[in-house]
Amino acid sequence: MHYLESVTRRWVTVYIPLLVFLFVLLFPFYWMVITSFKSNAELLSTSGNPFWVVQPTLDHFRKLFFGTSYPKWMWNTVIISVTATFVSLAASVFAAYAIERLRFRGSRQIGLAIFLAYLIPPSILFIPLAMMVFQVGLFDTRWALILTYPTFLIPFCTWLLMGYFRSIPFELEECALIDGATRWQILIKIVLPLAVPGLISAGIFAFTLSWNEFLYALTFISASENKTVPVGVITELVEGDVYHWGALMAGALVGSLPVAIMYSFFVEYYVAGMTGAVKE
Amino acid sequence: MTASRFFDNRNVLGAVFMLPAAALLVFFLTYPLGLGVWLGFTDTKIGRPGEWIGIENYEFLLTDGVFRLSVYNTFLYTAVASVVKFALGLWLALLLNNNIPFKSLIRAIVLLPFIVPTVLSAIAFWWIYDPQFSIVSWVLVKAGLMDHYIDFLGDPNLARMSTIIANIWRGVPFVAICLLAGLQTIPPSMYEAASIDGATPWQQFWYITLPMLSPIIAVVMTFSVLFTFTDFQLIWVLTRGGPINATHLMATLSFQRAIPGGALGEGAAIATAMIPFLLAAILFSYFGLQRRRWQQGGSDK
Repeated sequence: MHYLESVTRRWVTVYIPLLVFLFVLLFPFYWMVITSFKSNAELLSTSGNPFWVVQPTLDHFRKLFFGTSYPKWMWNTVIISVTATFVSLAASVFAAYAIERLRFRGSRQIGLAIFLAYLIPPSILFIPLAMMVFQVGLFDTRWALILTYPTFLIPFCTWLLMGYFRSIPFELEECALIDGATRWQILIKIVLPLAVPGLISAGIFAFTLSWNEFLYALTFISASENKTVPVGVITELVEGDVYHWGALMAGALVGSLPVAIMYSFFVEYYVAGMTGAVKE
Repeated sequence: MTASRFFDNRNVLGAVFMLPAAALLVFFLTYPLGLGVWLGFTDTKIGRPGEWIGIENYEFLLTDGVFRLSVYNTFLYTAVASVVKFALGLWLALLLNNNIPFKSLIRAIVLLPFIVPTVLSAIAFWWIYDPQFSIVSWVLVKAGLMDHYIDFLGDPNLARMSTIIANIWRGVPFVAICLLAGLQTIPPSMYEAASIDGATPWQQFWYITLPMLSPIIAVVMTFSVLFTFTDFQLIWVLTRGGPINATHLMATLSFQRAIPGGALGEGAAIATAMIPFLLAAILFSYFGLQRRRWQQGGSDK
């Protein structure tokens, strides 16, 4: 039908609305970048054009990296996200394979339970989890987060991988069984290599979810040097009523970069992961 | 030999394979879920084990104006944000489904607000909503539409609106990209047949696009409603429930009472009060999924 539409009509119905959408969706990022390079004097001046930066400065980044525990928070976030992702992915691979392919008694019900587990939000669990974390002596340690993040990562990854395993033909496994392969060999040598795209999707999605987590990290961690980036930026860069806007923006920008860069490399996997989890 | 035979039994091997995931989930998800419900019936404080007090927490909460306001806010926030996210998301998905240049690049950019940590993008909104240096106010004043700067987060109703807008900004890309994936599965032959029969674009949308999309809409919107209903991060960064508790959601009030306030039992009661609403949403999602199999004319996969 597109060839029937005039160029003007197409601009009004498609391009202009799309440009407005893109502008609104991207403006906060632009604003974040611009603010983080402005000097304090420029930030607080009411004259001049606020949309541009006259004298770009790296002061806020310098303060962030050398005046605060920011590098430490970054390191914590990396360690916690990577470990939680690998633990969850490993547990999910076995769970998804068992539910989808071994078809043990009750596997359907377990599959449904996994889906329901994904729908239980952290807002309901953080209070009892905080008590448990305190009682077992993990309060204010990385382990508190590494062990609790799988509660939302495992259901998601398992659900996603179940969809991928379902798409691998049964015949491949049957051939291997006839040739005398054990279930373990089938999983390692046949199913996993074929499910690599699914593993990447689940892995980067899990990493992003852990990187973005806020409520557990806010509740279970109290010492400054143990915080993650989202919690550190919010709790430590605001002194009383003094908001260091430049440093806050720089912190937000640097904290967003790792996920944004990873996302740019794996867009297709990411979209497949997100839509796959919804469609299955 | 006997050992390997034993492990080739699918029930035994299934149990072994399920063990790591099941152990983590039972210990860190199912148990705390039960513990949370139990805590709601106790007067536990930080550093002091509680005693069973029955439904006293709930009786108190029913008379507590702040709690009732937070329930109202949660529903308002969820209803307005979800409806707008759905409308804008569907529109954006339809726009992206056109033949446009740089399609995959644009799609990648659109999803950016959803990827970036919510807390960090919320900081950008915090700065955009600043009472003295807000860029929105600056533009409105320069354009002569306003004569003073707007106190976005200082006035109760404005603060509710501002947080809802920030939530919509983050949620629209998710809805749009998921619906776009749904749109791409609709066979073009349906539209061809319809246009040969003389259907207008509006009729094609109403009688082909919407019915074909409805199963995925049900699932996407359930997720969206669920995560909006239990939202914590945006409110905590932007207003911390203020001004004067006007923007507290049930999740933020639960945190406020339990962690800084120390009343774990009461906080747990507020969190538990969210469960019935979540169950309703989950049931809705479950029937949405059931309907999908029927609609596609297939049996259970």
